[in-house]
Amino acid sequence: MITKEATEAAPTPVSVPTEAEHRPRKGKYRAWDDAPRWQIYLPLSIYLVFTLIPFYWILLFALRPAGSTSLVPWPITFEHFEKVWTERSFATYFQNSLLVGVATLLMTTLVALAGGYALARFDFKVKRAFMLALLCSQFVPGALLLVPLFEIFAELQMINSLTSVIIAETVFQLPLSMILISNFIKNVPYTLEEAAWVDGCNRFTAFRIVVLPLLRPGLIAVGSFAFVHSWNHFLFALMFLNNQSKQTIPVGLNTLMSADSVDLGALAAGGIIAAVPVVLVFAFIQKWLITGFSAGAVKG
Amino acid sequence: MAQAVAVAKPPAPPRRRRASATPRRLPYLLIAPAALLMLGFIAYPVISVFYYSLQNYNPTKPWRNGYAGFDNFVHAFTDDPIFWDTLTFSAKWVFVEVGLQLMFGLALALIVNQTFVGRSLGRALVFSPWAVSGVLTSAIWVLLYNSQTGITRYLADMGIGTYGTSWLSDTSTVFSAAIVADLWRGVPFFAILILADLQSVSKDLYEAAEVDGASRFKQFWHITLPHLKDAIVLSTLLRAVWEFNNVDLLYTLTGGGPAGETTTLPLYIANTSVDAHNFGYASALTTVAFVILLFCSVIYLRLSKFGSESK
Repeated sequence: MITKEATEAAPTPVSVPTEAEHRPRKGKYRAWDDAPRWQIYLPLSIYLVFTLIPFYWILLFALRPAGSTSLVPWPITFEHFEKVWTERSFATYFQNSLLVGVATLLMTTLVALAGGYALARFDFKVKRAFMLALLCSQFVPGALLLVPLFEIFAELQMINSLTSVIIAETVFQLPLSMILISNFIKNVPYTLEEAAWVDGCNRFTAFRIVVLPLLRPGLIAVGSFAFVHSWNHFLFALMFLNNQSKQTIPVGLNTLMSADSVDLGALAAGGIIAAVPVVLVFAFIQKWLITGFSAGAVKG
Repeated sequence: MAQAVAVAKPPAPPRRRRASATPRRLPYLLIAPAALLMLGFIAYPVISVFYYSLQNYNPTKPWRNGYAGFDNFVHAFTDDPIFWDTLTFSAKWVFVEVGLQLMFGLALALIVNQTFVGRSLGRALVFSPWAVSGVLTSAIWVLLYNSQTGITRYLADMGIGTYGTSWLSDTSTVFSAAIVADLWRGVPFFAILILADLQSVSKDLYEAAEVDGASRFKQFWHITLPHLKDAIVLSTLLRAVWEFNNVDLLYTLTGGGPAGETTTLPLYIANTSVDAHNFGYASALTTVAFVILLFCSVIYLRLSKFGSESK
């Protein structure tokens, strides 16, 4: 730190020896590690203020009594939560969202696991075309397919049933999940499976005993994304579910927001209810987030 | 990146095992569920959008339904100022959002890639808005922008802005207000992807640069940035497509208003099909949006010479 400041203060003649002095600790990588502390903490703090104030704001509105303008949520009240949970039917929305989220998670993971295994372990005729279709589907916007999707689900008598939303969410989660999972499987040496066959396992048992345990981190990441994504997603539920008793949390939040006079306390409490499962999931998968991405997505 | 792909290839041609352990149709059986779902709920809707784009199709006016040729397209390009307005707004929205998200995301990733006390907590907090949904983001920023009790009131106390302004209903502020709300959630996406890619920069390169006396900025410019290039190109492209298509945030935050000021093309399409029931015209607009997205993506990948430098 001190040498750095000295360098800055006295530029040309002194800087050369100080620079030399400044990179001792032989063999240790330090190029990006020796940034002055203030260059880390100052921008980080500023950004954290921007990130955290909105979270604080919603907590504040959810916990302080209606009409209060205090900047601390004191006295704490849970009236908004009670109101939104019972009167605004967030209890129902929560159940529906949970059902959609868990069903999407299971369907996405299972279907993507099967497909991902085929892509990772076999060479077959339509493989290239199939991969291409997976990549192209990334450009297909679900929002722009609302009308044909609506018609399909109407034909299948699925409008107003959570099944329609589960299918739609799964379909749009599948391509990326499958690419990720096939990359995870490729990272497991094929010889491990072959060894299990030699020991008398059939392909499925070998996969279950040898490969599946190694895929756990990857599957947890993929499954969590599927859950969180469908938990958060708004448009399909808005379009395919008309009945209030079928609706999901994002639709409920939108209803609160588009009311003529917005009940801010209820909105804040509803928002926190919406955030809780997501926060729990991300606290749980935090450590796999970075590694999962570098193993699968970006390197694809 | 090329290396990683090469490494990830399946180790042996599996076909030699086929006779003993694998029936020939197994891979097809395995991809069948995924393929069927995608055929039924992505491919078929896409084709039907193309089909309807050439039709007059409005369930509330069935007497006009029928083949329309390119009428819908002609109408969009020559006779529909809203189409041009929303297209321009979409372009502006995507450009500003992706640019700012990349800038802040890159800076954040470089910062939290350093070693410092409190790093893992810092990372967790900085990344946290990423998991928040578009609707919840809207809910939060509706609370913040509210004219009576929002943050604007406290800013006005400090002399910034005036009392009683709601940033979301004023045409001069609504764009910046929506941009900031979406940035809050979008920056962590870039930060996470770039941070993931930063893990694979070879540390020897920095050591060598250090020995040669390269400044930290030069190291960033000549080592870090080239390494990140492919990740940046890919994530900006995915993000641009996503920002273009995503309607959750604007739909709930501004509803496309005030006075249509923040209506993107997809929002306009949704309104045309859902409120006006003009499915044929909405399909034509959707087709136009597809073509524009595809065209821009190809141009972007060409211009950025994606994947051309082997590392």
